[in-house]
Amino acid sequence: MIKIQANTYSLEEIRSHFPVLNRRVRDDKRLVYLDNAATTQKPNQVIDAITDYYQNHNSNIHRAVHALAEESTEAFEATRDKIAKFLNIQNREEIIFVRGTTEAINLVAYSWGRDNVQKGDIVVTTEYEHHSNIVPWQVLTQETGAELKYINIDDNGELMLEQLDEYLATGKVKLVAISHVSNVLGTITDIHNVIKKCKNVGVKVLVDGAQAVPHMKVDIDNLDCDFYAFSAHKMLGPTGVGILWARKDILENMKPFQGGGDMIREVHKYETTWNDLPYKFEAGTPNVADVICFAAAIDYLAKIGMDNVRNHEIELTKYALEKMSKVKGLTIYGPKDPQKASGVISFNFNDVHPHDVATIIDKNGVAIRSGHHCAQVLMEKLNVAATNRASFYIYTTKEEVDTLIDSLEQVAKVFKL
Amino acid sequence: MSGDPIYTEMIIEYSRNPSNYGKIEDAHIKRHDSNPLCGDSIDLYLNIDDKKISDVKFDGKGCAICMACSSVLTEMIKGKSLEDVKKFEKDELLSELGLEHLIKTSPVRIKCALLSLKALKFGIYSYFADKMNDIESAGNLKEEAANLY
Ligand SMILES: Cc1ncc(COP(=O)(O)O)c(C=O)c1O
Repeated sequence: MIKIQANTYSLEEIRSHFPVLNRRVRDDKRLVYLDNAATTQKPNQVIDAITDYYQNHNSNIHRAVHALAEESTEAFEATRDKIAKFLNIQNREEIIFVRGTTEAINLVAYSWGRDNVQKGDIVVTTEYEHHSNIVPWQVLTQETGAELKYINIDDNGELMLEQLDEYLATGKVKLVAISHVSNVLGTITDIHNVIKKCKNVGVKVLVDGAQAVPHMKVDIDNLDCDFYAFSAHKMLGPTGVGILWARKDILENMKPFQGGGDMIREVHKYETTWNDLPYKFEAGTPNVADVICFAAAIDYLAKIGMDNVRNHEIELTKYALEKMSKVKGLTIYGPKDPQKASGVISFNFNDVHPHDVATIIDKNGVAIRSGHHCAQVLMEKLNVAATNRASFYIYTTKEEVDTLIDSLEQVAKVFKL
Repeated sequence: MSGDPIYTEMIIEYSRNPSNYGKIEDAHIKRHDSNPLCGDSIDLYLNIDDKKISDVKFDGKGCAICMACSSVLTEMIKGKSLEDVKKFEKDELLSELGLEHLIKTSPVRIKCALLSLKALKFGIYSYFADKMNDIESAGNLKEEAANLY
């Protein structure tokens, strides 16, 4: 068993907090949940917070003066403060609640992009982006007549940043939209370097942190980017909550994304003045309950400590890569150095289609993801239709990694390899 | 493994050695289709002579179920009259490979099994409707294809 450092939870304690890990699936097999890059499981602390909210506090926020409304508003805003502390954000009003990473990026593409990107401009993204950090930029560049350029990846699954230099040298780049960590390869982007290069020439940077914030310490103040997006459900929190962080001066100059309640100061028949930040970008009743419960997830991760989370994943990934490299017929995509990647391993097994691999090992209770992982541009680059992806989190054990690898024998047997 | 088997000898064998795999140059009907979720992606080629399927091939990438079902489908329709092929039902294909249970047990994998049949129905529809301008013969193949899964 892996030791997690003092004054926090042991791995056994952590596992005991996640009821779903006791599930038996298929033929009474113990669940081995290795699809954490898609979404993580939730601890009792978060599940209980949701029940408590609906049993004792449920109310709309920012409007009424009654007791429940005040409690709910306070708790909702407390999550904002918690996020600010967790990610070292100086101004709480720079934190905007949205539905997820996808909505955060679309908000920027819509509200910032349409006023700041014009014909002849360039938007730069990378070959290892999730569709949510490609499609909004395709739509924007097609609409405006701007151009979309890609930073390619090399054989190790790392970005060829010299290409960024070339793009920046044209003087036409308006925005670089880039993931902090790849959801397929696990590659950790040299993000400080990217941001420095862009800052030097006054180019804005949007960071898709969906796979970073859950797995490592992120310090937004220190990063010095312009936009940062992530999702609560990938870090023990509920679905339906995402965060867009953006610099105050940029947000102040952006038009609202959606119109409605909460985002207004005064509405007259033919004109409206916008509310202050962050409410200007939070139209309508937000996901009150889930934002409030997200605080429990942050508390939980803070108690473990993000350095411990990261170390646990490095140790697991190292263990998995060592064992998997000995399995005949296994191709692993992405960095082979656990220091350079988060706990994500993408692989193919001989020429067996990933869907067949996933179906066969699912009979053993092992849940992995197979498919293109919303990253078809990357699949084209790797010249595969799909891959299998095993992704780890704080509750994953070495025994579970063993079960995954043993299950591959089952695949070999079925396909007579 | 227990439960209804998917990975039978026959399916593995077909996935390793698909039948009628390849292209027909200048085919009378060519139809591409894919399942976005799992990455199955095939092209189906058909030649029609004398109101019969005189030749049929498919190629592309797919899982074992998709490869096996595409193989069996092409075997079953080769040489058949268009009238018969139009009436071809999904149960005929699934039962040939013992996969009827997928309809109930796996809403995801049923798409792999029926991808080539969907391509066939759409392909024949457009052959009649677009190429021959014969909407009547095209019938409701388009609706059938769209509602296959
Ligand atoms: C890197 C990355 N970006 C964006 C997303 C989209 O997140 P969401 O579906 O929560 O909006 C994901 C989730 O799959 C992701 O892994």
